[in-house]
Amino acid sequence: MTAVDVGIIGAGPAGIAAGIEAATAGCSVALFDGHLEPGGQLIKQIHRFFGSREHRAGVRGIRIAHELWTEAQSLGVQSFLGWEVFGVQSSPSGFRLHARLTDDMSVDDQPISKTVTARTLILATGAEEKAINFEGWTLPGVMGAGAAQTMANVWRVRPGESVLMIGAGNVGLIVSYHLLQAGIDVAAVLEAAPTIGGYGVHAAKISRAGIPILTSHSIIKALGTEHVTGALIAQVDPSWNPISGTERKIDVDSICIAGGLRSNTRLAKLAGCQLAFCRELGGWLPIHNAQLETTVKGIYVAGDAAGIEEASTAIEEGRIAGLVAARSLGRDDKASSDRLDGMKERLSSLRGGPFCEGIRVAKRRIFDLGEEPCPTA
Amino acid sequence: MSDGIAHDGVLSWQELEHSPGYPSRSRMLKGPVAVIECVQEIPCNPCEAACPFQAITVGEKITNVPRLNEAKCVGCGQCLTRCPGLAIFLVDMSSQDGSASLAFPYEYLPLPSVGEDVDAVDRSGCYACRGKVLSVQDPARNEGTAVIKIEIPEAYVHHVRGIARSGGPDE
Repeated sequence: MTAVDVGIIGAGPAGIAAGIEAATAGCSVALFDGHLEPGGQLIKQIHRFFGSREHRAGVRGIRIAHELWTEAQSLGVQSFLGWEVFGVQSSPSGFRLHARLTDDMSVDDQPISKTVTARTLILATGAEEKAINFEGWTLPGVMGAGAAQTMANVWRVRPGESVLMIGAGNVGLIVSYHLLQAGIDVAAVLEAAPTIGGYGVHAAKISRAGIPILTSHSIIKALGTEHVTGALIAQVDPSWNPISGTERKIDVDSICIAGGLRSNTRLAKLAGCQLAFCRELGGWLPIHNAQLETTVKGIYVAGDAAGIEEASTAIEEGRIAGLVAARSLGRDDKASSDRLDGMKERLSSLRGGPFCEGIRVAKRRIFDLGEEPCPTA
Repeated sequence: MSDGIAHDGVLSWQELEHSPGYPSRSRMLKGPVAVIECVQEIPCNPCEAACPFQAITVGEKITNVPRLNEAKCVGCGQCLTRCPGLAIFLVDMSSQDGSASLAFPYEYLPLPSVGEDVDAVDRSGCYACRGKVLSVQDPARNEGTAVIKIEIPEAYVHHVRGIARSGGPDE
């Protein structure tokens, strides 16, 4: 049975960054992901990233994934791609991780499951899309914005010829832009709130392309019997109730839902981490302190799994979790303190500005909960 | 006019007027100059480092709105492809013959050809006027963000910010 210092679940920006820091500090690291390609959501982010130079701002997400992965590999991080961790147990020497080979891998005469023990654990399990339900939402052609983005950018398949986007947060705006770049028509972007939630510069790209962004608008129902042939939309009042007489039909063959994300908490729950509900961070998430340690000693959380933010903060959180985990194993020196301070400083600069106000307050609340005495595991 | 960027994705005149990234008309008449249409406090600063002439300042706090020093800007256009928001343009009104040029980042295929007559569009994607493509720059170092320069009537220099996309499923 393989035994490592640090086990990391999820090879997205947070997980890879955690692996880089833990390995740099001298830890043996095993990094798991159910997908064959490393990078998590980065592999579909074909746009240039925001942030500062330290966060590779101006570089496209797909390239950031490649750079991070190359660095992790060069540091000797053991990777288990195509291995989904389905179980976490505490053991005398830390934690026992049970993984299975995902379905899309079939190698003859090889075991399809394995167990690895890790002294500490970092959960970088990312997020899942929230659905918005409306009449007809189960029709073929209704999909998550992330699914449409995966089809277009990873598999190079058009999810449809004409799309209605529900949600004008950054995900809805960015995916709309990617669909336009793939030659797909976007009929409109709807937003039930009176203002656009995403960055103005993302919205400006969509508007400049001639795509209307309709605030205070929502979908009433998806039209079609076998598959989506259109959508009935309407203006909504401040309580998001449709205003009668404003209904109109839009002809589209696909409807994408960008209604936000929630942390993927299954393994955290399984491992006994206490969760808290925090609307600003997407919903339920593992309680953690500023060191990103959960209520279970030795289990850390980073990235979207620690509350929904974006890729640059995920990288910085991953670095912190990786370094703190290494320090908890005694891999500590004076330089690591300075490194940790730098990471925390960069993280707080990313969370600056009016757009992140809710997140700042919410994270502090989670940290406060995380500082309460740990229940014995 | 619109209610502004947060309402329909189109900057209002008022927002542009108060933006520290929008150069004066007198500076535009002198030659090419960057027009930074970034008015929200978001954590982003690559434009600052992109400028070889220190004409763009964000400062210590990366959520500051970029400020253009129009006297220092020489209109080199380095910042156009470094802005992740594709929110920087280059305007030149120095010809004084009733025409002006506008350069903008463009990430759609196919790219237009030099000399082509195109439909110039405003910030809401609506047709504004005809334009002529003066140059198309798409070097490998720009990593997929082309810079298109078009000639438009001077009167449209504050309105036009792109061209109608060609291609797509219907064409």
